[in-house]
Amino acid sequence: MKGKGIGEVSVKYFTFAEPPEELVLTSGQKLGPITLAYEAYGELNQKKDNAILILHALSGDAHAAGFHKDDRKPGWWDMMIGPGKAFDTDKYFVICSNILGGCKGSTGPSSINPQTDKPYGLDFPIITIADMVNAQKKLIDSFRIKKLLSVVGGSMGGMQVLQWFKSYSNNICSAIPIATALKHSPQQIAFDEVGRQAVMADPDWQKGDYYGRAKPERGLAVARMMGHITYMSDASMEKKFSRRMKNKNYSYTFKTDFEVEGYLQYKGDSFVKRFDPNSYLYITKAMDYFDLSGEKLVTEGDESETRFMVIGFKSDWLYPIYQSREIVNQLKYRRVGVTYCEIPSTYGHDAFLLEVREQTHLIKHFLSSVYKDKKNEK
Amino acid sequence: MKSKRIDYRIIYRIIKPKSRVLDLGCGDGELLSFLVKEKKVKAQGIELNEAAIYNCVEKGLSVFHGNIETGLSGYPDNAFDYVILNQSMQEVKDVEHVVDEALRIGKKVIVGFPNFAQLKARSRLFLKGKVPITSSLPYRWYNTPNLHFLSIIDFKDFCREKNIKILKKFYLSKNKVIKILPNLLALNAIFLIKK
Repeated sequence: MKGKGIGEVSVKYFTFAEPPEELVLTSGQKLGPITLAYEAYGELNQKKDNAILILHALSGDAHAAGFHKDDRKPGWWDMMIGPGKAFDTDKYFVICSNILGGCKGSTGPSSINPQTDKPYGLDFPIITIADMVNAQKKLIDSFRIKKLLSVVGGSMGGMQVLQWFKSYSNNICSAIPIATALKHSPQQIAFDEVGRQAVMADPDWQKGDYYGRAKPERGLAVARMMGHITYMSDASMEKKFSRRMKNKNYSYTFKTDFEVEGYLQYKGDSFVKRFDPNSYLYITKAMDYFDLSGEKLVTEGDESETRFMVIGFKSDWLYPIYQSREIVNQLKYRRVGVTYCEIPSTYGHDAFLLEVREQTHLIKHFLSSVYKDKKNEK
Repeated sequence: MKSKRIDYRIIYRIIKPKSRVLDLGCGDGELLSFLVKEKKVKAQGIELNEAAIYNCVEKGLSVFHGNIETGLSGYPDNAFDYVILNQSMQEVKDVEHVVDEALRIGKKVIVGFPNFAQLKARSRLFLKGKVPITSSLPYRWYNTPNLHFLSIIDFKDFCREKNIKILKKFYLSKNKVIKILPNLLALNAIFLIKK
């Protein structure tokens, strides 16, 4: 996957839903103004028919590719986005939108509530995946893009993809949900709940009103540590850590003996520096509420022209393969054209970020076939 | 349609333009790709082999990664104009179930299979006392994917017992259609059937 990257990029912001035209949320509450952070790569063509929307997972952000000024690490999906890559920025206009409720430049619980001039905290309304998608639709409208060539995302990004199809199927030519599900199983809800309880059990959490004071860092770090275990697999952890030690001998204390302990602590500690604990609560709740199972994804009588590529990973036990098959089965039942591939990765749920070669091959050809079909239509 | 494979050419001829086609065991997608390009069919493939999936995606086809049994379930009745079971029926565990399901979700089903009673197969068994190997049954006993061995007469009996209507039948030698003594001379057979 060599080749030139897309170089320096910067985050952009789009603000809408200024009162009195607030966004009406699924819960019935109103929210506005709303800002969405996003990045865009490549050029939107004159017909505005080459746009792809990329949607990120729980802890992701708008910075999907390229480098921020003075930054050494590229965006979270840089290996997939750029000239000649799976999402070829020489051909396509690629937008990555941050989510409503997040803490990476978009409106969320850590944003200032215009009514109180203080951060929202728990006054921030509960949001859903559908609310996130409705906000993204406004962003896409602002580009005057009528129909996206594709919407793509892994994990929670995949849920947004499914919601895009549900809410705006006429505005997308194709959809690529990766390592995701039509709904959270009790096991997935349980992991989220333990994470939330860890945050809320931290004495610094203060019922969400901690802004300007000490952040509930320990709680969030523990939540993240547990999260990381669920993103890997038994095999990938064996390969990455085995029982390797930090030092030669056991310390016979509760200090960090094993590499895996050190790794999780490092991941937890670095996460709290870049993430808002309240956002973690709101976003995981949105994932738990998400449910397009059964016939909710495609309503009876609807004949959809949207083409799907569903990708699952065999070692993913957080979003197991059967959940990908359920998506495919619902689409099949409604005779939606679907390509489905089970990639035999050992990386677990993280595979959608790491299995670049296979995904590139699948997505590149899929997109060019969708793009060709679209051109032939006219 | 310029395929080297006579079975593909026959199936291609059977299928009407712009119909909905499900190919169970579509391989690298050669047949489906011809059908999409030249007959504008709406195609869906099912294939178990991962490398073959990539080939299908390269051709722009919709293909579902899985085995035939799981691939069939979930479709509504009459979802397709044609369901193709070419060279795959004899490889599935539960033939009756697969054929029933294919007839449920397809208005018509195209079945292609190697003829176990072809002359060369018979003589190898009768004269040499060895398991048949022919150009349509090229495998050794220990590495064959075929779980069921049938002749053209066997398949006709099967259709009669199950009240399946045979609409068309084609008997194939290596590279042409033959008409006489098919059960003795044909390497492969293709049937167009319906409920």
